[in-house]
Amino acid sequence: MDELSGESSPLHSLHAGAKLFVTILYIVLVVSFDRYDFSGMIIMVLYPVLLFQLSGLSAALCFYRLRIVLPLVCAVGLFNPLLDHSVALKLGGVVISGGTVSMLTLMLKGVLCLTASYLLIASTPFDAICSSLAAVHLPAGAITMLLLTYRYISLMMEEISIMLEAYSLRAPGQKGIQFSAWGSFLGQLLLRSMDRAEEIYAAMQLRGYDGSCRYASAGKAKKSDVVYAAAVSALLILCRWVNVAQVIGNLLV
Amino acid sequence: MNPMIEFNQVSFAYEAGTPVLQQVSFVAQPGESIGLVGANGAGKSTLMKILLGLLPYEGEVKVDGIKVEKKSLAEIRRKTGFVLQNSDNQMFMPTVLDDIMFGLLNYGMSREEAEQKADAVLEQLGIAALKNKYNHKVSGGEKRMAAVATVLAMEPSVIVMDEPTSALDPYNRRTVINCMNRLQQTKLVASHDLDMILDTCTRVLLIANGQIAADGPAEVILKDKALLEANRLELPLRYQ
Repeated sequence: MDELSGESSPLHSLHAGAKLFVTILYIVLVVSFDRYDFSGMIIMVLYPVLLFQLSGLSAALCFYRLRIVLPLVCAVGLFNPLLDHSVALKLGGVVISGGTVSMLTLMLKGVLCLTASYLLIASTPFDAICSSLAAVHLPAGAITMLLLTYRYISLMMEEISIMLEAYSLRAPGQKGIQFSAWGSFLGQLLLRSMDRAEEIYAAMQLRGYDGSCRYASAGKAKKSDVVYAAAVSALLILCRWVNVAQVIGNLLV
Repeated sequence: MNPMIEFNQVSFAYEAGTPVLQQVSFVAQPGESIGLVGANGAGKSTLMKILLGLLPYEGEVKVDGIKVEKKSLAEIRRKTGFVLQNSDNQMFMPTVLDDIMFGLLNYGMSREEAEQKADAVLEQLGIAALKNKYNHKVSGGEKRMAAVATVLAMEPSVIVMDEPTSALDPYNRRTVINCMNRLQQTKLVASHDLDMILDTCTRVLLIANGQIAADGPAEVILKDKALLEANRLELPLRYQ
């Protein structure tokens, strides 16, 4: 992610504060859609699509990286079709229940929010995001926690990868980890991560770390950053209140 | 002139009844290079951690005349630099530059000053090309050199190194040894690589069962086959 955020593109060159503001607004607007308003929300897909174009970031890589979290997000509304049998719409002879629509809406909401967050982190150095959060007076402790979590995630992933490799080498032909080994696997992962985290913390302490992080400033916002934030925010708000899919449908029918 | 390191009757136990260090005493003069050798579990790492203020202890430890205790930790850590055995744990920032600047910024240096200092240290170690490289993309040897740079940038009076040449190929090992020999600071080097200790240290402390089993010139102690073998060590290759 650090490497991706270090690339250059029109999106990368925008001020972190502007991108952070638009991302938060986008997530709030996406979450605010009614659970049956699937058609109204479809227009919000354009935002990540445009940002992928603007940044040159790979959508395939994004979904590959999010592959572990996406199923969890998609599982949120999985039981809705079983619980909600109300008729939402009829397509020819096929009845689509309210539960199915709300499940699809929830899934789309999750995917869009995750993708927007990914695009923010992949196009902005994390230090700059932290600096912007500090500018809006988020408590220093919370920012430090965010920064350290970001750093420690890679450490944990590294440990998982080493353990998975060691496991698979001694379990040829086996797919995944046997259920009976999950407990000890997770326990070992925790212990190993804690050991490494302790050593890293010692290395930090020995170089004067006192609980507060010194991150690089995001710099000053330019006129273009303000224009970007204002224009995209206005468009997003418009898309939230006007069902563009319905408007186009009405024009065509 | 104060001795740079003083250990006076230092003891430590992780659990009551199983001491790791017992009544350890020694003094290191400014600029001295001391090799810490001994079998696994002898107490080398514990001794280093006590010196750095990472573990509580009984007795008295001083760095440049300042007692290692809670209230003096900030000062002690300004005077000491620790190169960890696993450089991955030392290099926790995205790039080599970020890592070198980490400590300098913590001590209140401006970003510009810190970068200048980092440039100077990278130049001194001959690794200026690593400046903007991502830590996960540099080789093991480069990472070890970069880890030394993170410590040198802080201008410590004492450099403590834990297995500085482990897992390095011969070329990188030699590079690290040459780099260590250029350092003027007091050095405490723990290692099982006795040839490296011979190359970099003038004095050796042999630790066994939490005590100093031998203390003397490196050429004398590391030639003593009986002493080394009694402590689960072997003669350095050049003496075999």
